[in-house]
Amino acid sequence: MNKPSTKVTKFNGKGVYVRGNDIDTDRIIPARFLKCVTFDELGPALFYDVRFDVDGNSKGHVLDQVQHQGAEILISDANFGCGSSREHAPQAIQKFGLKAVIADSFAEIFHGNCTTLGIPCVTMDKSEREKLVSLIETDPEAEIIIDLEDLKVVCANNIFNIHLKESAREAFLAGTCDPLDSLLSATDEIARIATKLGYA
Amino acid sequence: MGIEEVVFHAKIAVLLSLTGAIVAKNLYPGKNLYQKVWDDHVVQQLDNGQFQLFIALHLIHEVTSPQAFGMLKDKGLKVAYPARTFATVDHIIPTDDQSRPLADDMAEKMVQVLSDATREHGIEFFPPESGSQGIVHVVGPELGLTQPGMTIGCGDSHTSTHGAFGCIALGIGTSQVRDLLASQTIAMDPLKVRRIRIEGELSPGVTAKDVILHIIRILGVNGGVGFAYEYAGSVIENMTMDERMTVCNMSIEGGARCGYVNPDETTFEFLRGRERVPEGDAFDAIVEKWRTYASDADASYDDEVTFDAADIKPTVTWGVTPGQAISIDEIIPDPKSVDGLEKSLISDALDYMQLQANQPIKGTKIDVAFLGSCTNGRLSDFEQVAAVLKGRKVNPTVRAIAVPGSEKVDKAARELNLHLIFEEAGFEWRKPGCSMCLAMNPDKLKGDEVCASSSNRNFIGRQGSSTGRTILMSPIMVAAAAIEGKVADAREVFGLVGSR
Ligand code: SF4
Repeated sequence: MNKPSTKVTKFNGKGVYVRGNDIDTDRIIPARFLKCVTFDELGPALFYDVRFDVDGNSKGHVLDQVQHQGAEILISDANFGCGSSREHAPQAIQKFGLKAVIADSFAEIFHGNCTTLGIPCVTMDKSEREKLVSLIETDPEAEIIIDLEDLKVVCANNIFNIHLKESAREAFLAGTCDPLDSLLSATDEIARIATKLGYA
Repeated sequence: MGIEEVVFHAKIAVLLSLTGAIVAKNLYPGKNLYQKVWDDHVVQQLDNGQFQLFIALHLIHEVTSPQAFGMLKDKGLKVAYPARTFATVDHIIPTDDQSRPLADDMAEKMVQVLSDATREHGIEFFPPESGSQGIVHVVGPELGLTQPGMTIGCGDSHTSTHGAFGCIALGIGTSQVRDLLASQTIAMDPLKVRRIRIEGELSPGVTAKDVILHIIRILGVNGGVGFAYEYAGSVIENMTMDERMTVCNMSIEGGARCGYVNPDETTFEFLRGRERVPEGDAFDAIVEKWRTYASDADASYDDEVTFDAADIKPTVTWGVTPGQAISIDEIIPDPKSVDGLEKSLISDALDYMQLQANQPIKGTKIDVAFLGSCTNGRLSDFEQVAAVLKGRKVNPTVRAIAVPGSEKVDKAARELNLHLIFEEAGFEWRKPGCSMCLAMNPDKLKGDEVCASSSNRNFIGRQGSSTGRTILMSPIMVAAAAIEGKVADAREVFGLVGSR
């Protein structure tokens, strides 16, 4: 597991734009790759069916274009990550080498899964996000810096406002993306509720 | 009420409960079910503003949970409340030969890992041949594990199904499965609540599946982001539990994190006599408790939408999201009629589906008919189809499979000889599992086959072929398509007039 135990509030790298609304978790990681008992091998299967034909030849998907090799920031449109609750989707994104996702909006469970893994899912106003996309299409080498403290994205001397769910931002700023320790600290209160509700 | 206000209310409620004050009820006159169940299960507010929520019932299966046991082991943790967790296998299990070891090595390994982990941690496991195995969202309700007023977590987005009983039922990721195993709690942000009322009476041949496909079509696949959906109105009140489950099941396809129906006599009667439900006086007592969870008459909502049942027709998808749907007598949309990204989304979907704009969806040739899944794989689905299928034959060009959602559904259907009606008509009657709903077992589309499917997702590649095409519809519409060999109007094929 690749979870930040220390706080990380800045994410930077080259961007890559995967076009489309409602990009679902089956597209991000086709179900047949879910046959696994660990997440270790998922990276290369990211977006497999839209990247490769039935014989495994590249279809020239944007992720495989030479100018976008090494990209670390994924950019997409609305409702990114809809569909299944499978954590395999953010895991595949992370294992592929992508560190953050920028989109117009995100599906709820996907957003939560990403936050727990330390992948920020930030949103931007559509027109600004489109401008960001045009910047990286003009210069694929342009560095994108996501600053969760100031809620800004910087790219090629442009500064954009970004949004991040408050609880997720707090978690990144405090370095507590993984909530397990806080959850475990409330053992007595958990036991009290279990008893009160008749679940003990 | 905005999200800040919901958070504020929830904070107040927690504060009040922490200080032992009991005036919350008077301060806020009416509460909806979501607020009541939430308030009962909140443990504390976390530093990042999220809430720690106690989960009453945890359901696990072989795809998203083995990794969580691994994480637990890495941290040297034990399962906190093993008696609150139940396991079964559904996604990868073959529906023809389930004898062990399974033919697929990785599938066998996944079952084995789950079986070992549940034994090690003292978790009850329903494997094949136990009599209780099946799709996790069919199994929970039929055993009576799912009960009103519960919070339910499962590493599967269609956990929303259980909301039909008046639960907050949440799909969660594997890290949260780990949190849940270790602490019986998860961290989450509160949701807003949208009440969706469907008023009036459904026309003959229009089913619960059409209701939810219609709702998603109108409100959009991301219309529910940030919301819990409360389904209400006369149509929902008149529905059976199976029908309510079909509706709640696809809340997630509408973007909502969960959906629920207020518990009522229909709910209680369904649960009476179930294996894991108390009997006699204890049952009467628990029913009284369940009743208190229903939304108050003066409850407030963040949003309200009302649908007229008369507007709902048999609905089918034409594209690659459940929102890309039309009624059976409409024509396929034209990308030219819209601008911007929407234009390319429609034309990309039509390219993938190999469908033409402005043509009727009716008459689209199909290759496969799939009846099953956690949306429509319960006994009543097979009963309804058997009633219209009797004496008819599946078109010889169509491969048709009927897959019961659980061993109990299978057994009940066999006792009614439903399997014979299906087999005589030309369907294969399979063993229980997720089957062709997704591509994790041997049931898959081949090449660019078109499947008329009673499942819930028509995403690209969902049914196991990267060029396979899925058309979502109700079970009787699947039956009509199977008989005609093409997408057809069940009302015409089966002469459904006058009776629901
Ligand atoms: S039937 Fe389909 S949607 Fe339901 S749990 Fe199985 S794979 Fe998921």
